[in-house]
Amino acid sequence: MSLLEAQGVTAFYGDFQALYGIDLTVEEGETVAVIGSNGAGKSSFLRALIGLQVAARDSVRLDGQAIGGLPAHQVVGLGLALVPEGRRLFPSLTVEENLLIGAYAGRPGPWNLARLYALFPILEERRHSPGTALSGGQQQMVAIGRALMSNPRLLLCDELSLGLAPIIIRDIYAALPGIKAEGTSVLVVEQDVGQAMRVADRLYCFQEGRVSLAGRPDELTREQISLAYFGI
Amino acid sequence: MAEWINTLLQGVLLGGLYSLFATGLALSFGVMRMINIAHGDFAILAAFAAIAVVEPLGLSPWMTLLVIVPLMGGFGYVLQRLVLNRTLGHDILPPLLVTFGLSIMIQNLLLVSFSADTRSLNVGELGTASVLLGGDVAVGVLPLIIMAVAVGVLVGLQWLFSATSLGRAFRAASDDREAAQLMGINNRHIYGVAMALAMAIVAIAGIFLAIRANISPADGPARLLYAFEAVIIGGLGSLWGTLAGGVILGVAQSIGLKADPGWGILAGHLAFLAVLVVRPNGLFARTRDR
Amino acid sequence: MMNLPLPKIERNTRASQMGLLLAVLLLLAAVSAPWWAERSSQRLLTEFLYTLALAQMWNLLAGYGGLLSVGQQAYIGLGGYCLVVLGLQYGIHPFLIVPLAGLVTALVAIPTAAVLFRLRGAYFAVGTWVVAEVFRLLVANTASVGGGSGTSITKTVSGMPAWWRESTTLWMALALGAGATLAVYLLLRSRHGLALTAVRDSEPAAESLGISVPRMKWFVYLVSAAGCGMVGALIFITKLRIAPEAAFSMDWSATMFFVVIIGGIGTIEGPIIGTVVFFFLREYLSDFGSWYLIVLGAVAVAFMLWMPRGIWGFVASRFDLHFFPVQRRIRGLD
Repeated sequence: MSLLEAQGVTAFYGDFQALYGIDLTVEEGETVAVIGSNGAGKSSFLRALIGLQVAARDSVRLDGQAIGGLPAHQVVGLGLALVPEGRRLFPSLTVEENLLIGAYAGRPGPWNLARLYALFPILEERRHSPGTALSGGQQQMVAIGRALMSNPRLLLCDELSLGLAPIIIRDIYAALPGIKAEGTSVLVVEQDVGQAMRVADRLYCFQEGRVSLAGRPDELTREQISLAYFGI
Repeated sequence: MAEWINTLLQGVLLGGLYSLFATGLALSFGVMRMINIAHGDFAILAAFAAIAVVEPLGLSPWMTLLVIVPLMGGFGYVLQRLVLNRTLGHDILPPLLVTFGLSIMIQNLLLVSFSADTRSLNVGELGTASVLLGGDVAVGVLPLIIMAVAVGVLVGLQWLFSATSLGRAFRAASDDREAAQLMGINNRHIYGVAMALAMAIVAIAGIFLAIRANISPADGPARLLYAFEAVIIGGLGSLWGTLAGGVILGVAQSIGLKADPGWGILAGHLAFLAVLVVRPNGLFARTRDR
Repeated sequence: MMNLPLPKIERNTRASQMGLLLAVLLLLAAVSAPWWAERSSQRLLTEFLYTLALAQMWNLLAGYGGLLSVGQQAYIGLGGYCLVVLGLQYGIHPFLIVPLAGLVTALVAIPTAAVLFRLRGAYFAVGTWVVAEVFRLLVANTASVGGGSGTSITKTVSGMPAWWRESTTLWMALALGAGATLAVYLLLRSRHGLALTAVRDSEPAAESLGISVPRMKWFVYLVSAAGCGMVGALIFITKLRIAPEAAFSMDWSATMFFVVIIGGIGTIEGPIIGTVVFFFLREYLSDFGSWYLIVLGAVAVAFMLWMPRGIWGFVASRFDLHFFPVQRRIRGLD
């Protein structure tokens, strides 16, 4: 049984169809990457998984349990967490409070403030600053930490590298092994194909709401990826 | 001279009562971004409920607090979840108009149940007792108690917001509804709790109002206006600002009343408008108005 | 290269042409009413028409201007008190005062708007209420206009034969009611109307297109104030007695909001339907005193929760019906 099983996930924005039946799995302990150009439906897919977007009940299964269509706060309680695109830290809360609110769902697990500060030491220094007073890279760390505090089985990351300098991106992704080590599986949505290929055990490519390619990074050729990504 | 000091002190302590009204309003606006037009009417409802149970249950007015306040809190939770949550969204019209409709309904339901006569809650000696501060300066005991309660409520809320998980959830939900859901926060439930809290506070305010003065079914809207003015004068997003706002309003009304009986309330409104012209964000504003 | 015919921009629909015919017939009936209708029916019609005028003014503000006001009674009362000052004290003919009241209220609305526009959204709404209260209290404290207990204004209309007074009142009400409807309709068909709709839909988008949002809001606010002022003057000509409680009563706002929400906010047909429903309910429920208001409040709440676009909003979207067409349809591209 896979950790996450998505089968035939569709999504609509009003009359516009963003996803046309996505099939995707994540095994326990894996890091899976989803790549694709803008508008391919990657973020919509994450939103459908976490419950911010309506999905059919059976189309998403976590540890075998059907969670499609459940409201987001319930899905978080069941073991998924999303690091949203654009970070979306809470301006009224300090860094530490942003992290603490992540634990609202009260799930037991290895992640707590101490472990997070060990993973991202800079955050401990800035713990009492307002969340939004930090640099982009540091905010991304807070966002990841906040999601980890709910002790998810699977961490969903939406465009971690957006708006960040390459060196910062590297630092962020350097934290992934630490996350994996604690037993949290990861699904990253990335526009930076190189970065995605470096961290992923398996890769999916989306194009216009459909899966256009799936496989292990070392088995895929540049031509294949280019075709899947751009459709040409 | 002593007369003016007395007037000033009366105004300050009146501010305590206004602050109680304002705090509930500020809470529901802070968390749900919703102005409850029926806010004052709920206070009056609580007061009449207290009046209604005083005799049958043989309670002292102080005991009614223990009974009515939790009841109103529960009512607030149910109201928010069943009715008011449906009105929340991007449009400001639905919550305003639904609560406006509720305001009319409550006023007339009270009218039908209790008639237009004024009532009050009798606390005997305490109602008129005063404390001599020196010279000819004296303050009422009851107003002092109300001010103490107002400050106590604010201290409690301050603690709730800064040191508890619930308070963090309130702030998060107020900042970003969707991101709050990603934390596992059930917004619908959180709004219910916030409204329950706001109702409980406004029930306290209403009961104290009935103890302090006579009330009638149509008194709600005026209380909403004072609460609103106190919040705006104090500045959005600042809890202690509502105390300051309430005090300033109370003092303005007191001084106005002293100058001419017909000018009491008007002076308060004019003070509000003056602050609006000079400092539109209020005196201690902390949040960005969205 | 094929020459495509230029698309035509059309506004009239078959329904609107029927509606035009209906409107003309109703207008003729109303104008001639003094000659065939009973006194009491005339009075009811007058009330209907001025309520319609008020509703259109509120709708203009809230439905098209995006400005929610629960304080228009400030201008209704002010218009009424123009009768006292201009009529009783200066001896101006009451029916002349009606348009003058519009001017006075528009002038007062200027500094008022300057202060009120510092507030937005729900705060603005409550602010308008405060302003209305301030007007009420200022008037109640002014002995020369009767203070808190008000004053009678019969003197302004004495010397006018009753038939003329009642008829002219009806015609003025017609002018205001039909006039307000027509004015809003014409406004929305114009360039300014398109701008208003843009502002209502998205302020930043409208701004980016060069529409001055503040100017539109000022315009709408002043027009609404003037309209309410004129209606206010007319109302108190019919009531002959004015007091601050009644003149600046929240009931006016409650009526306007009820009529517009039930009828359909943001449409021109809505206020007409809403006024009909309002009077209908009043006929059958007014015997029940406070229960009538409770029912009214409950109905308004129910509509807001389940049919927020009102009766007309629902009908119009279901059947694509428009009696007052303001949508521009592009013909030639189908």
